[in-house]
Amino acid sequence: MDILNALVVFLNFVFIPAAAYGAQLALGALGVTLIYGILRFSNFAHGDTMAFGTGVVILLTWGLQSLGISAGPLPTALIALPFGIALTALLVLGTDRAVYKFYRKQKAAPIILVMASVGVMFVMNGLTRILIGVDEYRFDDGARFIMDVRTFREMTGLPEGLALRSTQALTVVVALIVMVALFWFLNRTKSGKAMRAYSDNEDLALLSGIDPERVVRLTWIIAAGLATIAGTLYGLDKSFKAFNYFQILLPIFAAAIVGGLGNPLGAIAGGFLVAFSEVAVTYPWVRVVGYLFPGYEPSGLMQLLGTEYKFAVSFVILIVVLLFRPTGLFRGKSV
Amino acid sequence: MKKLLLATAAGALLAGAAGAEEIKLGVSLGFTGPLESMAPAMQQGAEMAMKEVSDSGLLLDGSTVVSVTGDSTCIDAAAATATVERLIASEGVKGIIGGMCSGETIASLENVAKANGIVMISPSATSPALTDIEDDGLFFRTAPSDARQGEVMAAIVQDRGIGSVAVTYTNNDYGKGLADSFAAAFTAAGGTVTTNSAHDDGKADYSAEVAALAAAGGDALVVVGYVDQGGSGVVRAALDTGAFETFVFPDGMVGQALEDNFGSEIEGSFGQNPAAEGEGRETYLSMATEAGFDGSGAFSAEAYDAAALMLLAMAKAGSSDPAVYKDHIMDVANGPGEEILPGQLAQALEIINGGGDVDYVGGTAVELVGPGESAGTFREIQFTNGVLEVVGYR
Repeated sequence: MDILNALVVFLNFVFIPAAAYGAQLALGALGVTLIYGILRFSNFAHGDTMAFGTGVVILLTWGLQSLGISAGPLPTALIALPFGIALTALLVLGTDRAVYKFYRKQKAAPIILVMASVGVMFVMNGLTRILIGVDEYRFDDGARFIMDVRTFREMTGLPEGLALRSTQALTVVVALIVMVALFWFLNRTKSGKAMRAYSDNEDLALLSGIDPERVVRLTWIIAAGLATIAGTLYGLDKSFKAFNYFQILLPIFAAAIVGGLGNPLGAIAGGFLVAFSEVAVTYPWVRVVGYLFPGYEPSGLMQLLGTEYKFAVSFVILIVVLLFRPTGLFRGKSV
Repeated sequence: MKKLLLATAAGALLAGAAGAEEIKLGVSLGFTGPLESMAPAMQQGAEMAMKEVSDSGLLLDGSTVVSVTGDSTCIDAAAATATVERLIASEGVKGIIGGMCSGETIASLENVAKANGIVMISPSATSPALTDIEDDGLFFRTAPSDARQGEVMAAIVQDRGIGSVAVTYTNNDYGKGLADSFAAAFTAAGGTVTTNSAHDDGKADYSAEVAALAAAGGDALVVVGYVDQGGSGVVRAALDTGAFETFVFPDGMVGQALEDNFGSEIEGSFGQNPAAEGEGRETYLSMATEAGFDGSGAFSAEAYDAAALMLLAMAKAGSSDPAVYKDHIMDVANGPGEEILPGQLAQALEIINGGGDVDYVGGTAVELVGPGESAGTFREIQFTNGVLEVVGYR
């Protein structure tokens, strides 16, 4: 019984939140890694692309709600998502036309593109704020819980409760579907293969008749899709506030770099690794330990770091990986 | 020549009504930021007092009072300082109702108000740090210090038979001050504080903070935060994960937004905020309803009292000069003298103009103690059937 209680506490406070957060980071990191692999620069504007996409989705969701359209137990935002992706894709394609294409033509060094993306980040930052404002919005509707604490306690008779919010389950399911679809696309379709060929060797790809501009366009559209999905899931699960999307840029980059920039599988592993480390390091283990070893009563909370240091965990992981394994766990392109 | 004569005569006439001027009062509140839902009712409270005084025509030979509002943002000290600077330098206000939050108030008092010798009366800054601040006699507040609120809250929690609590506070002057004074009072009374940790406002997700609080345990969670900010986020996460079911809410959390956000989910949770009972409060509430706003909002009556005190002090001093009237605020606030309730400002002005004494009671039973802060009455609130209701006064 005690082991069950320990497991429930662990699932409720560590595993479920970390899994949902990890899936959100993984989707974000996939977008970053894809841009890095194919366009060869770190896109700092990714966080704000996520914010813009989510902002559009929220506005569309409000529109749908006022028309009385809903997805039943699922959030209405899911219906708005495809349209949000389309609009975000238009924005990033426009940005590519206006900014990145110029530097690409000049064969500018990656660092110049990175700096250009910082500029784009600030512009998108402002754009999102003009569009939806700086306030916090919650736009999840439909059923809130798959399993709430009270029901779980009544069902199992355990003193500890377990909650599974529908947005958490939805995040993990949608993330899995998107990841499978992405890998299928990259490995099985002609366009996907063209993208990988372009990523491996640009000149060779050009010689084999691959249209580079088409590859670039495809990459941006997929990145916009990933960003909007990641942002919407994050917003549904937590809440939307433009500034927070700027802040999660750090854990997203940590995830992409830990996994190996340019390696999609690495981005996913990195996302979950960063999320689980953040949660596990700042979680006080006293209750889990208390259930597992009934006689042992630790004096403190058995918490490695205060929760204020959550973001520091991503920094530490980033530095350790860059010091000891600069290409990441899954051997991405070297930075 | 004729025209010149006329003009001179007109000028002389105008000058004849010497004292009559247009007195500007600044209202520096957090119209945006973590307490933005409370600010409008506070502004309306302050302006109601100004209108009452203007309409009476009895202040300083028929002077009128107008308000100039500014956004103090509550959390951004630099923005608040700039706002107060603007109110004083370009609007020429004779006094300021504000600031709203403690940190911001300390900053604008020290950097601007003191330098310009302008009186500030805050309706809602409650940090104990403001008690000892070097203010040149310029700072007053109609809200009680959190040192007192901490003691009251500890007593309420104790009386409900709760022996151990976890405390989370918003990471600023207000949060830390109140959380510490509560923890000290609660521990002294024999209770246990399992943890006393900070949360930062403006985050998307508070599950990590709540996980830590849940691990520490306790029969209830004391949320010393802001209802429009992290405070609500913490409560949301605690409810979702089933970490806590009973919450204790101090003044920053008690508001309509709390009922709107959670309603029946926080059944049985309780708390307190500064607000007096009695005839003064009843009168204030009905006056507010007549004026078209909800006077029961947190610190709304305090704002009315702040403005009323400032204007009565001007009448008493016979001058709208802050350097002169600052010494008369304590006079009008406390006895001896005729007791003055909301809506009786005209009467008070008459008494003062006739050379008499007044004891301003107002909407919050004002009694200024120490360096000019309210002694403080608190109302105890509780959630029953999803509705915030007042269960008593302390």
